[in-house]
Amino acid sequence: MDMAIEVRDLVVVRGRREVLHGISTAVPTGGVTGLLGPSGSGKTTLMRAIVGVQKIKSGTVTVLGRPGGAKDLRPRVGYVTQAPSVYVDLTVRENARYFASLYKGVTRADADQAVADVGLADAADQLVGSLSGGQFSRASLACALLGRPKLLVLDEPTVGLDPVLREELWKKFRELAADGTTLVVSSHVMDEAGRCDRLILLREGRIIADDTVAAVRQAAGTDDLDEAFLRLIHAQAEVA
Amino acid sequence: MSARILFSTTRRVLTQLRHDRRTLALVVLVPVLLLTLVYYLFEKQVGVFNEIGLIMLGLFPFAIMFLITSIAMLRERTSGTLERLLTTPLAKPDLLFGYGLAFGLVAAVQAGVATGLAYWAFNLSTLGSAWLVILIAVADAVLGVALGLFFSAFAKSEFQAVQFMPAVVFPQIFLCGLFAPRDQMAGWLQALSNVMPLTYAVQGLQEVGGNADPTGLMWRDLAIVGGCAVLALSLAAATLRRRTE
Repeated sequence: MDMAIEVRDLVVVRGRREVLHGISTAVPTGGVTGLLGPSGSGKTTLMRAIVGVQKIKSGTVTVLGRPGGAKDLRPRVGYVTQAPSVYVDLTVRENARYFASLYKGVTRADADQAVADVGLADAADQLVGSLSGGQFSRASLACALLGRPKLLVLDEPTVGLDPVLREELWKKFRELAADGTTLVVSSHVMDEAGRCDRLILLREGRIIADDTVAAVRQAAGTDDLDEAFLRLIHAQAEVA
Repeated sequence: MSARILFSTTRRVLTQLRHDRRTLALVVLVPVLLLTLVYYLFEKQVGVFNEIGLIMLGLFPFAIMFLITSIAMLRERTSGTLERLLTTPLAKPDLLFGYGLAFGLVAAVQAGVATGLAYWAFNLSTLGSAWLVILIAVADAVLGVALGLFFSAFAKSEFQAVQFMPAVVFPQIFLCGLFAPRDQMAGWLQALSNVMPLTYAVQGLQEVGGNADPTGLMWRDLAIVGGCAVLALSLAAATLRRRTE
């Protein structure tokens, strides 16, 4: 299978603590891969390593066939941090147009389109600082859609959103995946896991499951993914 | 580096300022207010404003731009926008020089207003041209921008960032020749003064004050100030890390 991301024996130390203990995984091209796990399990660190802003102690990260963080990957990888990272003292449109200007061949019209795509057309001329939390994170998402990245890495994009918005965003993710984009979406709520194609379950810096949603359900012997997660933890504890 | 990204970054920074009218007003009005105070402080002493007022025109942009840009860069860092920018095709000098250009333009307005006021309202008289005073003031502002961006790399919080201002700016003001003539300083203070870029901005202004035509020394001083600004911006770009812990 064609792999968008390959992680091998990745060890990351932040401060004095080892956050990722030599993990290996691969994300196939296309589709939505969910990165699930409780907060503090290393999801953000793994995502940062994938987009190339995380210092790595050992191991390798290969993204779209290139070493993670390579210069020529930058136009092809979109990243949305957990806290929305757009300029609060600019309007939504100004933010989108600025980020659009950083990519070759991405026009102002593309920027306006990305704003419309996340459902913010009506709020385009509002300052980001005056938006609601949900609009704020969608403004941040719009800026990551610019330049049509091959790989989108989204750190808890739906946290704090109401169910309707969450539904809309997931619809958007599915559309992007259908267009051939590979998405890696982290979440700590299990009810989002069922919307993914594949799951990587992280706990305390180790991968405890890495498979299709159906296979994870089957391995745990339950359809309830919350329950599946707990069972997998227990099973792992017994082995160890 | 890419001119497209550099200029769009400049435009972005200026747009942010445009939305923040109060900051813009402060940038223009604070020097006016301070200059007015200095003028009335020395009103009765003939000729003093010609010396001190002239130097002040170079100090304000330096100190104010240092403070503003060190906070601006800290905000980029703490809001996550810096991390995001570093995952895009933007090159580090695009960002730093984009900032330098944007605040340099703001400083030109600031210096223009302050210098205009000094000449027309307070009868500042220099043998040289007022345009040279503005030119040196703008170079000085860009130096302040560059040092502010550079030192903000060492600040993890606003508390730390604001203290770099007294730490980096004050010594340069003390030793630039404003409070005591440089040739009357102790040798080691003079040596320190010699390696501080603000010294050359002040000397350049004094050259404009005392000579009808631009002197070679003034051009050399201007080149030193500009060179230090470019050096600090390049160092700031070099110390910016894409990968962090």
